[in-house]
Amino acid sequence: MSRTLNLELKIWRQDGPDADGRFEVYPALGIPDDASFLEMLDIVNEELIEEGRAPIEFPHDCREGICGTCGMMINGKAHGPEKGTAVCQLHMRKFNDGDAIVIEPWRARAFPVLRDLVVDRSPLDSIIEAGGYVTAPTGTAADANDTPIPKEVADSAMDAAACIGCGACVAACPNSAGQLFTAAKVWHLNSLPQGQAERYRRAENMVETMEQFFGSCTNHGECSEACPKEISQDFIAYLNRDYMKSKIKNRRLAGQS
Amino acid sequence: MLPDSKVPEGPVAEKWDKHKFDIKLVNPANKRKFKVIVVGTGLAGASACATLGELGYEVEAFTFHDSPRRAHSIAAQGGINAAKNYQNDGDSVWRLFYDTVKGGDYRSREANVHRLAQVSVDIIDQATAQGVPFAREYGGLLDNRSFGGAQVSRTFYARGQTGQQLLLGAYQQMMRQVHEGKVKLHTRTEMLDLVTKDGEAVGIVTRNLVTGEIESHSAHAVVLATGGYGNVFYLSTNAMACNTTAIWRSHRKGAYFANPSFTQIHPTCIPASDEFQSKLTLMSESLRNDGRIWVPRDVDETRAAGDIPEEERYYYLEEKYPAFGNLVPRDVASRNAKTVVDQGHGVGPLKNGVYLDFADAITRDGQKAIEERYGNLFEMYERITGEDPYSVPMRIYPATHYTMGGLWVDYNLMTTVPGLYATGEANFSDHGANRLGASALMQGLADGYFVLPYTIGDYLAPKLGEDPVPTSDPAFQEVEDEVRSRTAAFLAIGGTRSPEHFHRELGKIIWEHIGMARNQVGLEKAIEEIQALRAEFWSDLRVLGNGDTLNSSLEKAGRVADFFELGELMARDALDRNESCGGHFREESQTPEGEALRKDDEFSHVSAWAWNGIDTPQTKHKEELDFVDVPLTQRSYK
Repeated sequence: MSRTLNLELKIWRQDGPDADGRFEVYPALGIPDDASFLEMLDIVNEELIEEGRAPIEFPHDCREGICGTCGMMINGKAHGPEKGTAVCQLHMRKFNDGDAIVIEPWRARAFPVLRDLVVDRSPLDSIIEAGGYVTAPTGTAADANDTPIPKEVADSAMDAAACIGCGACVAACPNSAGQLFTAAKVWHLNSLPQGQAERYRRAENMVETMEQFFGSCTNHGECSEACPKEISQDFIAYLNRDYMKSKIKNRRLAGQS
Repeated sequence: MLPDSKVPEGPVAEKWDKHKFDIKLVNPANKRKFKVIVVGTGLAGASACATLGELGYEVEAFTFHDSPRRAHSIAAQGGINAAKNYQNDGDSVWRLFYDTVKGGDYRSREANVHRLAQVSVDIIDQATAQGVPFAREYGGLLDNRSFGGAQVSRTFYARGQTGQQLLLGAYQQMMRQVHEGKVKLHTRTEMLDLVTKDGEAVGIVTRNLVTGEIESHSAHAVVLATGGYGNVFYLSTNAMACNTTAIWRSHRKGAYFANPSFTQIHPTCIPASDEFQSKLTLMSESLRNDGRIWVPRDVDETRAAGDIPEEERYYYLEEKYPAFGNLVPRDVASRNAKTVVDQGHGVGPLKNGVYLDFADAITRDGQKAIEERYGNLFEMYERITGEDPYSVPMRIYPATHYTMGGLWVDYNLMTTVPGLYATGEANFSDHGANRLGASALMQGLADGYFVLPYTIGDYLAPKLGEDPVPTSDPAFQEVEDEVRSRTAAFLAIGGTRSPEHFHRELGKIIWEHIGMARNQVGLEKAIEEIQALRAEFWSDLRVLGNGDTLNSSLEKAGRVADFFELGELMARDALDRNESCGGHFREESQTPEGEALRKDDEFSHVSAWAWNGIDTPQTKHKEELDFVDVPLTQRSYK
């Protein structure tokens, strides 16, 4: 049942944030098709080390599709060809013997390359810092069942909260927009009763922080298509609604700009 | 000598409240005068950062990840326990306390466990207030499920992503404090050593993983929330970067290491498929609520699972343990899987797994109901194995998952180094010799939200008016020099084998001899083999590149070097503990039926090991355990 594959990898190599990058070609021979894509890179790296050549730096950690660390463009697609799948969960059985595979880091100005396939995604943390939370200091909470939440509402919040913060949405977007990431967090919190007090403040602060780093959304929909958690583009509509409303609701700010 | 464990006097149910009243407080206006370093931003670390920041302390947080949200707590699937009794099935703080002490096979501290059960209820309230989207019933109230080994439904969950949602909750609270300026966040920064002065923890030395810069950071206290050391096995369910370095370097600086051999082998993981395998993937044990575990009775069975008639299937857990069946605790489930596979009943191409079969559950409840419960897990299984678990049974096998051992801490969570705290999986205190399912998330958050923020004040209060030791102090400079020369040493060896290679070989030794079953001969052999391989590591390691750039081989080399030393201590601890308890099964200590045999007269204690230098084995110190409220009984799940 197990096949092995011989592949040709064309990989972006860049020695540091300020260095010029280049593509290099590596053979990947005898790769078992039960291996994951990252295990395939492990095998190539062990061979590179054996030859005394610097291994390829690539982002990865949990290898279960949940930590959001991994991410790379595979043949121009964020996280590769399998829908709803982070690259760590992509397996080589999805490829054919003899394939040539082009591997690049996330493409986005907001995500500068640190080395090879590793990029800096800290602007995503800045967006959360700007308001991606409910102000709920430890020890102040009421009993969890005091506020019933309709199952549909909780489920929809969970659909949005499933975002792993990998940045594929940004990398896949022709404008390098950060809307899907931002919308997922805004809708997660803004749809729940606990998030109401800060609802419009949150939308406004997060959007305006996002705009310092990322391009504008023009509804291409590439983000949802590339998302390993298949976060719906609908959340962007909710985000836009809350952002627009925030300009009226946050009255104390009106007229200040 | 082991310091006092500081367990308060009085009835177990009143100890925590009494202790909170008795310990010293830091006045709200003075908290800003204290600086606390928190290393690690998983559940235990992020929750501590958030809470300490809210209280007014100046916090510096360190993670080697690119974002705090990547910490491995994120991968926990099944749920979090809390004694809410929302299901009206007779749960209580006392029952959760009792179950946890018993489940830990009587090797944990009663007082700590009771406190954990007490604050469990606050965690659910706290997380809900933060917007954690726990699963709900149609009436809008929180849903619960029962979880491995529990006879009440006390587990709260958010689909199969409970760890992710709880971590995002804690991370978001932490980012709020970053925004407020109370928490200073250092990402891609790895702690490589602890700095002590006059015996007290005064700071850490770190390496910036992008620029390679070695830096010192000083504070009034240091908190290690750096997780467990399961990756010493190489193949485990841990994330690739999980490591022991922070706690191991601190052990070398005076922190005693408690019960290192207490490691948990999780019963439901996807079996390894080949040598290239880099990690094992856990399938939440909630699957055992509906899946039935079996193997073919005939060791030469060649038919597909579906073609094997009922009477030729060996439902070994249901047969041996009728009361608990497929829901026996993790250690029992794991060991029995090993037994049947060792007897030749294993399934799959390498005959290294057992079936976890949902056919009956699908017939009973319908495919839709099973999909609702486990959809994402089934998808993940199919993605990894290429098999559809709705039509063929899953194949599972145990894998290293969690480490109950860790740095010894007193009731305040302080290690044997004054000013150095360990929280979450990094300490040893609450799970004894075996952790119950859905209790790791509970402990990490209990420590970070509700325990450490109070107890740390007791240490800090008398230090009012003292500045942290400046990083120009020789104590810091000395450690910086050590770290620099160690980093340079890895690069200078110039051998032929990669850190990955050594890690894999080390893991094989540990799995073989310090895995699910241990015996004297094997453990002695393990010590010899580890020492020999460690010598090869230091003479034949190959790390390419340099120390001034992002260099993951270099990072890995340091982590593997520490795993070698830890692995040896695990073997010594397992050798010393000539009894079977929880996840530690000594073949010399079993009942005639092959069940684990505990020896309470000899081993009802915590083994806390003190570092004596690289060439001298550690010295063991004992903390005797008293069981006043949960009487000692031999566990039986029959």
